[in-house]
Order: sequence, then structure tokens, then C-alpha cells
Amino acid sequence: MVKLTIDDIPVEVPKGTTILQAARLIGGDVTPPAMCYYSKLKTSGGYCRTCIVKVEQGSEKDPRPIPKPVASCRTEVAEGMVVRNITSPENLEARAGVVELLLVNHPLDCPVCDQAGECHLQDLAYENGKEETRYEFERREFDPIDIGDKIKLHMNRCIMCFRCVKVADQITDGRCHGVINRGDAAEISTYIEKAIDNDFSGNVIDVCPVGALTDRTFRFKSRVWYTKPVDAHRNCTKCCGKVRLWNQGEEVLRVTARKDQWGEVMDNEDGTTAWICNECRFDKKHINDWTIEGPSEINRHSVISANHYDTLRNIKMDTLRMLGGKPHGEKVDLGIGALDPNNQHKQ
Amino acid sequence: MSRKLLLKNDHIPGIATLKTYRENGGYTAMEKALKTMSPDALLEEVKTSGLRGRGGAGFPTGMKWSFLAKPEGVPRYLVVNADESEPGTFKDRYLMEHIPHLLIEGMIISSFTLGSNSAYIYIRGEYFYVSRILEQAIDEAYAAGLLGKNILGTGYDLDIYVQVGAGAYICGEETALLESLEGKRGNPRIKPPFPAIAGLYGCPTVVNNVETIAAVVPIIEMGGAEYAKIGIGRSTGTKLISASGHINKPGVYEIELGLPVEEFIYSEEYCGGIKGGRKLKAVVAGGSSVPILPTELILKTAAGEPRLMSYESLGEGGFVSGTMLGSGGFIVMDEDTSIVKNLYTFSRFYHHESCGQCSPCREGTGWMEKILHKILEGKGTLKDIDLLWDIQSKIEGKTICPLGEAAAWPVAAAIRHFRPEFEAYVTNPESIKDVKHYYRLNPTV
Repeated sequence: MVKLTIDDIPVEVPKGTTILQAARLIGGDVTPPAMCYYSKLKTSGGYCRTCIVKVEQGSEKDPRPIPKPVASCRTEVAEGMVVRNITSPENLEARAGVVELLLVNHPLDCPVCDQAGECHLQDLAYENGKEETRYEFERREFDPIDIGDKIKLHMNRCIMCFRCVKVADQITDGRCHGVINRGDAAEISTYIEKAIDNDFSGNVIDVCPVGALTDRTFRFKSRVWYTKPVDAHRNCTKCCGKVRLWNQGEEVLRVTARKDQWGEVMDNEDGTTAWICNECRFDKKHINDWTIEGPSEINRHSVISANHYDTLRNIKMDTLRMLGGKPHGEKVDLGIGALDPNNQHKQ
Repeated sequence: MSRKLLLKNDHIPGIATLKTYRENGGYTAMEKALKTMSPDALLEEVKTSGLRGRGGAGFPTGMKWSFLAKPEGVPRYLVVNADESEPGTFKDRYLMEHIPHLLIEGMIISSFTLGSNSAYIYIRGEYFYVSRILEQAIDEAYAAGLLGKNILGTGYDLDIYVQVGAGAYICGEETALLESLEGKRGNPRIKPPFPAIAGLYGCPTVVNNVETIAAVVPIIEMGGAEYAKIGIGRSTGTKLISASGHINKPGVYEIELGLPVEEFIYSEEYCGGIKGGRKLKAVVAGGSSVPILPTELILKTAAGEPRLMSYESLGEGGFVSGTMLGSGGFIVMDEDTSIVKNLYTFSRFYHHESCGQCSPCREGTGWMEKILHKILEGKGTLKDIDLLWDIQSKIEGKTICPLGEAAAWPVAAAIRHFRPEFEAYVTNPESIKDVKHYYRLNPTV
């Protein structure tokens, strides 16, 4: 085990852990934001630079500071390391700089973006950004394209996190999209005329931190905070079948994987990641396709939690109504405490 | 005449051929190394010589080599970085074009020292014709038994491959180079691990500049201790300088490190003074990414000492009043040069060459170029100058690879030393109308 401190809070983690993972164990404000890192995807992280931290002391053996800010998602901890995140004004200033740069070419089209409300860039900008933009030139523009009949790509909103590329590499049986061009002209694209067509391709939507890859079957149906998330499952031969339904009344508007407080797809009981297949995601849009488990815990970042949980009772009522007043098996505990967003902040 | 080690024979006709190269003492150092010395002894010689990387960073070569991991049963590689793309730098091209066998001899000695049986030359796409010269020299060396199996009967095997890049500046960054060499998109890797542990195909790899590897030949020829006597302080040996700009005699010069900058610019042996007898305005001493210095700071340090062509002397004063030796791309600007336009050209280059992998460089380089364009159009404000300064500070040190710094440093230095000129563009464009514009403004950004 390795001992270190992050913002003066001591933490002990196994050797090989990254600073970001150690900070997630502490939780709360100490945890740096991460736009490109995704713990379930190998070799992810290091690109967006939002998780930068200051290493004031490299280790006990070599107490020199690391001269430049490091990407906490790709830097391993060392015994006696002293890390500063929110206790270093210099670091917060550097992060604000990264956020400003991430936004200079972003269209800021949140009012018409399906991701609004669950967008990590929105949260990031809200928490770390400046009130006004200093960028006064034309923004980079790409035409939105349909990659296949289920997925929409808005390249204008992309922050080049490479997560979708890694999903295609690591969990589908063949990648047919990638990055073309260079610098600020770089874009995610498929091979000419080729759509993303694979049983697990829909997961690129779940990992996209912004509104670049969205679900065409959910397009403009509703703002996410007007939908009510419930966890549900079905017997699926292709995937784990454990999903989150986003409902309005009894209508299933959208199906996604279940995500944890960091916005990442959760693990199954056996430790594998609960990616879902396209059949569950796109084709099972009837409430009768699913066994409802109960309301979903919502990620601490999301405006959905800020805006919605005063109506938790309504979800409870809706859920019970859907279940015909009788939950499957044991009675579902819809105790408010466990789902209180304020509780999650305290973690 | 100062001492020449690398270019002592470049005037001999036919030196590019194996026959003439050998007639002039070529491949004797390699024979000495392979037949009479052990890899450990060779490494010691290189360490003793004090040789520092000639690609720009100036890292001690012997130390870099000693970091190479040597796990059992895993191949090790030597990769020569011939992706010379730093604007203002063209020394490696000259060396490879005129004396290709010097590089090959250096590669054989270095590979033997490192215990590598495969070595690569990664050369930039624009140097396609140079790659043919290298291929030809390699073929000659194979035919003469200097490469391949059992070299000169010593039992040592070595194959050398030439790989032509596609012309991307970023592929000169060592890990982007390795990615490209592996056939992937040339994006820099996130370090650690460093190439010495996991480099080409995940195996321990040493990546060195062309000139560094070539310098190994005279080091073994004369001995590391003798080599260390040349130069000044920790800047040992000789260095190739690519001199360009408003000088009478642009070209590649081999200098002994420690030569006064003033002598280099004005003596007949080297640059031969400023063209047309005009005054010196500024110098970019080590390739476009190093900080530009005005006349008073390039000829003398802030402390009033004469500035010397060495890693230490050029670096004196940090970035406040100093610069870097870098790759030795020495760009001289006369009094008529517009620093703002020059900076715009540099910024346009870095914007174009950013790989797009990490956010600060991808977004920041384009922003800086656009602001400079605006200032040059006469639409800038004083606030824009401060904004430029702020953006460069938000890029520097926040990126995966040094391209971020390379893009930020020239902006910082130009504003630091020539701020009144930027202000003149903003407040009184008339006052600068006499400045000749050597760089044409790109109509579209």
C-alpha cells in the first residue's frame, strides 16, 4: 500500500493506483474532473488535461516537486507524494485555462443539445469556467452526420476524448471509426459511407462526455430532466440486460446503461462492465419489455439530481403505478435517504 | 579555422560513396569498436565525452543510453530521428546528403554498444531524395560486409532500415515517431513509460538525433577524454549550426561549442555579417521554438558577459533574458524585419502542426494565430496583446508533448522583448509602414 496526501487529506491505496483514482476514494470536491479518462477503458485518459493537479512533493524518497502540472488520471501515486488540487490557486487557474480552451470552438448550443442536463462539459464549465468568453472568432464547424440509423454525430461538440474510439477497439468486434485529420481540424469519422453497425456500438453514446454522439431514437423527444430514470432488466442473450430506462409516464423514451457517480458504466456483480447491446438500447422501447427494479440513483454532477429529486415521490408513485402497485419480488425500498442528492455530495 | 570533426571531409568529391569514405579513414572507428572494445567500454567513452543530444533537448547521451532496460529475450532498438522539421534547422539533411556513411558508421557503433540488432532511420517525408542516398549507402555497406550477419567476422549482426515519414512535424517528437514507425497515427504517447523502458513495439529503445549518432564516430576515433577537451564546460565537442536569415553566408557550419555569438554572426569564416550592411535586430538561436532575443541580449548576456554558442551560455538568464541552443537552427533578422509578422508565421506553423490530441495545444495554437492575424490586419487592441500572453501561459506545461511549449515560447519571448512593436501595430499602424514585410500575410486563417 502507498500513502499520500491529496489537498492535505491522507489516503492509502494499492501501488499502481493513479492520483485520480486515489482522489475518487476520498470523493467530493477533492476529486479532479475527468473528461477523457474512463476507468473501464484501457489506455484512456491524458488528453483533455482537465484533471491536472500539482505535485508538490514527488515522493518520500525524492521530495522534489514535479515542475509541470500532471494529468492525475495517468500519473501513478508514490509513497509520500503530496498532491494539491483545490488547495492550489495556481492549479485551479491552470484548469480554468484548460476549460476555456476546451470551449473556444465548442458551439455552446446547449439549448438544442440532447446531452444538456447530463453533459460533463456543461458541469465542468459551470464549476471551473469563466463567466464570459474571450474568443471572438468564428468557431470551427462540421456538418452533423448520421452514423448508422441509430447514432448521430455532432462533431462541433466533440472534445476529442477518444473514449468512443477506445470503446470500439475494446468492446465491439471491430472498429470502423476513428480520428482523421490533425490539430484543430481533427475529427471523429467513419470510413467513407460506412456506418457504425455492431451489436455494442451504442455504447459510444454512453461514454461520450458531451453531446457529440447522441441517440437518434431519443432525438428531441424530451429534455433529460423531464424524464424519470428507473433501473430495469430483461433476459438478454447478448448482454447483461441491466439498463436504465428514461421514462415519461409509461413511455420509454430512452434506454442507457447504468452509470455510477463518475458518469461511468457500472460493473456487474462478477466485475465485468455492464455494457449493453443495441437490441436492449434501441429496440426495447416498451415498458412490458422490462422488469422494473426501482428508481435510479443519479450521478452527483447532474442537473437531473439538482432539479428532480424533490419529485422523488412522484417517481415512486409512477413506478408503483407501472408495476401495477406490486413490485416484483421483495417490496422495493424507495426510501428517500439513499437517493438524496445531498447525501451523495457528502460521500 | 576551428576544429572540424563531422564535416572535416565534406569537401572531398565522392565522399558519399563507400570507397572514398573508406579511403579517408571511414569505418576505422567502427572496426576499432567492434574488434577491440566491449559495449561497456564504449558506453564509458560516450559518457566521458560529455556528448549531449543534438536534436534540441541537450540531454547527456551516455546517461540516456545507460537508462536502456535490458530484459532477457527482448530485442532492443536504436532509432535515429531524422525527422528534422524544426523551422530553421537543416543540418541533419546536409550531413545525410553529403556524408551518409558517417551516420551509418555511428549507428553500427551505437547499436553494438546498446546490444541492438535492428536499427531504424526515421526520415521526414520531404527528405525523400535523402532517403534514397541513405538506402544506396546502406546497400554499399551490406555488400562490403559492414552490415548484415557477422559484421567483419566479429559475430555481431545488424540490420538498418530506412522509414520515410509523411511530413508531420509532430513525428519528430520521439514517441510520436515510434507510433508512426509502428504504422499508427503519429500521436505522442503519454509518458511514462519512456522509450528506454517501452519504446518501439513495446521494447526498450533509444531514440537519438542524426548528429548525435554521427558524433559517436569521432568520439570513438579520438577517445571520449580527448573529445571532452573540445568545447567549453559541459558543452563539449562540436555542433552543427544551420545559419539562415539576413546574413551574407547562410549555410551549415560546424563550430566548436563556446564560440562567441558575435564572432559567429560577423566573421567571414561563418555567417559573414548582416546582408547589405544593415543592423542586427534579433536572433532565434536554436530553431523556431526557442525564445527570440534582441541584439543586446544575443551578443551579450544580461550580466554583460559575451554570449557564447553553448548550452549554458545561451541559456543564461533563463527565459527572461536568455534562450536555448536547441537544435542549432540559427535564424538572424535584420533591422527591417517585423517581429510580429515573423511570430505570426511561426504561430501559423505550430497551429498547422498540432496533432490535436490534447486540448490546450489543439485549441490554443489556432487561437493565437487568429489573434496575431487580427493584429497584423490593424484590427488589434492592447487587450489582445495581454490575451496572447495569457493564452501562451495556459498552454505551456499543460500538454502531453513539448509541442505546446514550442508554440508558447516564441509568443512569450516576442512579447517580452518586443512589446512596443506589438503596441505600434495596434495604436499607430502608420509608424510601422516602413517595416518591410518579408512574410506575406495569409489571407485565410
